[in-house]
Amino acid sequence: MSAPMISVRHLWKVFGPNAEKIIGTPTADLSRSQLRAQTGNTIAVRDVSFDVAPGEVFVVMGLSGSGKSTLVRCMTRLIEPTQGELELAGEDILKADAKRLRELRRSSFSMVFQHFGLLPHRKVIDNIAYSLEINGVDKATRHKRANEVIELVGLHGYGNAYPEQLSGGMQQRVGLARALAVDPKVLFLDEPFSALDPLIRRDMQAEVIRLHHELGKTLVFITHDLAEAVKLGDRIAIMKDGAIVQIGTPEELVAAPADEYVENFVRDFPKSHVLTLRWIARLAKDDEDLSGPVLPPTISVRDASRQVLEAGRPVRVMEDGKLLGVVDSNGILSVIAGIGS
Amino acid sequence: MATQLLSRPTPKVLVESKSYVARNVSALMAAFVAFALIFRGQATLHLDRSSLTPLHDWLNNLGDWIDRSRNSNPFFTYVVNEIRAFINGLVSMLRDGISVGSSFRPVPQVGWLGIVAIIGLVVYLISSIRVALLAMTGFVFLGLLGLWTESMDTLALTLAAVVLSLIIGIPLGICAGLFPKFEKMLTPILDFAQVMPTFVYLTPVTLFFLIGPASATIVTLIYAIPPALRITAVAIKEVPWSSVEAATSMGSTRMQALRKVQLPQAKRTIVVGINQTITAALAMVTIAALIDAPGLGKVVVRALTSLDVGRSFQAGLAIVILAVVLDRSTTAAAAKVSSDPTIDRPSKYRRPTLIGVGVITLLLVYLSRTYVWASTFPGTGALGRMVASSADNITDWIQLHFVTVTNGITDTVSYGLINPMQSLLVESPWFVTGSMLIGLGVIFGGIRLGLVSALCVLALFGTGLWSDAMITLASTLVAAVITVVLGIVVGVWIGRNRRADRWIRPLLDAGQVLPAFVYLVPFLGLFGPTRFTAIMAAVVYAAPASIKLMADGIRGVPATITEAATAAGSSPWQMIVKVQLPTARRALALATNQGLIYVLAMIVVGGLVGAGGLGYLVVAGFSQENLKGKGLAAGLAIVILGILIDRLTQAVANKRDSVSPARA
Repeated sequence: MSAPMISVRHLWKVFGPNAEKIIGTPTADLSRSQLRAQTGNTIAVRDVSFDVAPGEVFVVMGLSGSGKSTLVRCMTRLIEPTQGELELAGEDILKADAKRLRELRRSSFSMVFQHFGLLPHRKVIDNIAYSLEINGVDKATRHKRANEVIELVGLHGYGNAYPEQLSGGMQQRVGLARALAVDPKVLFLDEPFSALDPLIRRDMQAEVIRLHHELGKTLVFITHDLAEAVKLGDRIAIMKDGAIVQIGTPEELVAAPADEYVENFVRDFPKSHVLTLRWIARLAKDDEDLSGPVLPPTISVRDASRQVLEAGRPVRVMEDGKLLGVVDSNGILSVIAGIGS
Repeated sequence: MATQLLSRPTPKVLVESKSYVARNVSALMAAFVAFALIFRGQATLHLDRSSLTPLHDWLNNLGDWIDRSRNSNPFFTYVVNEIRAFINGLVSMLRDGISVGSSFRPVPQVGWLGIVAIIGLVVYLISSIRVALLAMTGFVFLGLLGLWTESMDTLALTLAAVVLSLIIGIPLGICAGLFPKFEKMLTPILDFAQVMPTFVYLTPVTLFFLIGPASATIVTLIYAIPPALRITAVAIKEVPWSSVEAATSMGSTRMQALRKVQLPQAKRTIVVGINQTITAALAMVTIAALIDAPGLGKVVVRALTSLDVGRSFQAGLAIVILAVVLDRSTTAAAAKVSSDPTIDRPSKYRRPTLIGVGVITLLLVYLSRTYVWASTFPGTGALGRMVASSADNITDWIQLHFVTVTNGITDTVSYGLINPMQSLLVESPWFVTGSMLIGLGVIFGGIRLGLVSALCVLALFGTGLWSDAMITLASTLVAAVITVVLGIVVGVWIGRNRRADRWIRPLLDAGQVLPAFVYLVPFLGLFGPTRFTAIMAAVVYAAPASIKLMADGIRGVPATITEAATAAGSSPWQMIVKVQLPTARRALALATNQGLIYVLAMIVVGGLVGAGGLGYLVVAGFSQENLKGKGLAAGLAIVILGILIDRLTQAVANKRDSVSPARA
């Protein structure tokens, strides 16, 4: 793997008095309500570490109050982290002074917000051109660039509208366009589609996938929706009480949840969409009929189900000519029906 | 905040503490009445009108000392006198421009025709042609009333005060909106400035700045800066945080976020603040007539003190017109600075129209500088005299034909309410009444509020004006009772009935725009110079605030609650008594608090028309040199009374939030 685009090491955010002093003491291990009663502190981000590769879509998922929004704000220093290290494209972000931080925000990373955060008194085009404007780019240049981005996100013809004349989905397209206007290296998206209704949300997810294919940006995507996380994420980090409990590909999370919390999350998720045969293949028994069809281990249970059920005997899972195991109707059905694992 | 959340009481404790308060208050009142009757007439601390205490003498001497050091003490020569000269300069420049002219030019720089044209242009620019026509008509009417010069004097003073208020208030308000700590520091000062009845800071200010325009402007600033500051702070704070955060995430500096994001979005509310500032300034400028501010207020004061109903009605009408014009045009301006920028699309005719109107205005201004007919308002104010004599005739007629009615009302309220209340408070020993007030403090707000009450009681005792303070308190309480009853009845009505609300609310809004003074006029005509006149004026002055708070409280009862109550089969009466009023309890407490504060402010102004008590002493202090110290002490007593009333009622209003299990 090449050098990571983002590297987070032991990041903490503690709200309340004497925040630094709590980290590393037994007090930090108290439960949330106990800690608040004793010291008045709240730990929003707890010793978080991870890397994001260039071009990766990294999803942070958790329930409300799990610290995911605080984490993304710490990464852009909209909230100052209490302790830890944070590198973006090799630069130590926490060392940046106010001026350097503004430069970074104007060029290297940008953010899309849950409630859009559009400026109601400005037209769409001037919302999109805002960061260029405060960077001193002249009007003609910034409008030219804004129009390019408007085309890119499918807002053609809406440049002169005001945000409130647009639907929620269109408003968030403006949010996306605004974030893309400065051609940033990294895009942080904080629950960008949570405020949209389901159909629009699906469109916008497709839009993000398309933009990611076209532009290849590194994305850090916050959500509380597992389906969204699985759909978009190369890897997913699951947060609970400020700490990351598991990081993995969607498949890994569904197949091997690290604890009960993650398991609860993935329980109702249609596993057959994500799980591949690799995870359900079992060793062949001694007297087993090994004349069934052959399938690769990377095919999903859903896609393999028809063939396995029609075969009437165990199906061999083979990779590079090596037998990994067999899958039979019971194995498929137990995943689809959600029985056992 | 976190700790507050944790210490919130369980509902059970709440219910217990509530009935416990009610029981204790009734016990305290019973004890008070009993002791008041037993010790009746003893230690009432009555002081004759012309008698002085050592404190009053000392204050007199202090006043003299300030007079003597005016031209020697560096604090005066370098600070006070400089401020005074600056403000006087500003005011006389404005008066020179629009009202009286200077010694070089006996008529103002711009005559009536020019001013009417300029008003039209300005109002057209900030709002619409319709409001501009209204404003111009209003101004012409001022001239027809025969009060052109006086009106322009009032306008000049108001303008000076508004400009200074905004220059000071808006930047401070922006800071307060941006920095919560700064706001927290300012809040008690602002609270104090707004709780204090306007009447009382007139005298102290004149001690330093002498009577005249400078003092008038300064007292107006004290009154008009708080709304400008507060509303600006609110305007900045109500800009959604998400906007500011988004701007920051894109690399805005703090200044850029303020200039490009917060201020543009706060603009509309800030204009509302300017409207409030103008209204407040006009109200205060008219009252400042008591310290020799030129203008319409002076006409009213002179007429009130000589009981000339017709003349005071005439000038009162002029004040109302001025108030309505200023309020309407700035309200329309606020509406135009729409939150929806899409509507604000200038039509293609706007530019040529503007140029045309501008040229006409310039022409009219030129005419008004050149020809006497366009400079001094023509005519002799016949309309004004007609208005005055009609007002006189109508009051005479009412007094002649409805004497039984007016006297009946006066007598009923006097014998039924005012006299018992007054004799209870005035004729009981000071320590009995004082203990009762301290007891109320302890019940409503624990030991701490008890201590505050005790300090207030002692300070009131210290002013040597206990008896007069009790007279004022009695009138205040009577007026407050009527106000609150009115507040509940009308408030519940318009709170439940949207159509009634649509009709009545504009009246209430208009009522709040009018300067306090004006309310004395009609009641003086009907009921003559009595404390009853002051009480009725106070009720009318205070009612709009109480009614609106109450109506908002009723309307604020969540729909889910009323829906559930309807589903359970409540009759309208049950709905009001068992659901809406109890749920809106906090609004009721606030309505009482605001009612009392407004009433107190007006009751003391009633000193002008024979209401007696502290207000009379303040007025006497203006006119009689040897009573100046006593007037100052009376002002102090009013402030103490105001603080006491405010703290006690605030405590009731906040009770639900602040009772913690530990204290209950």
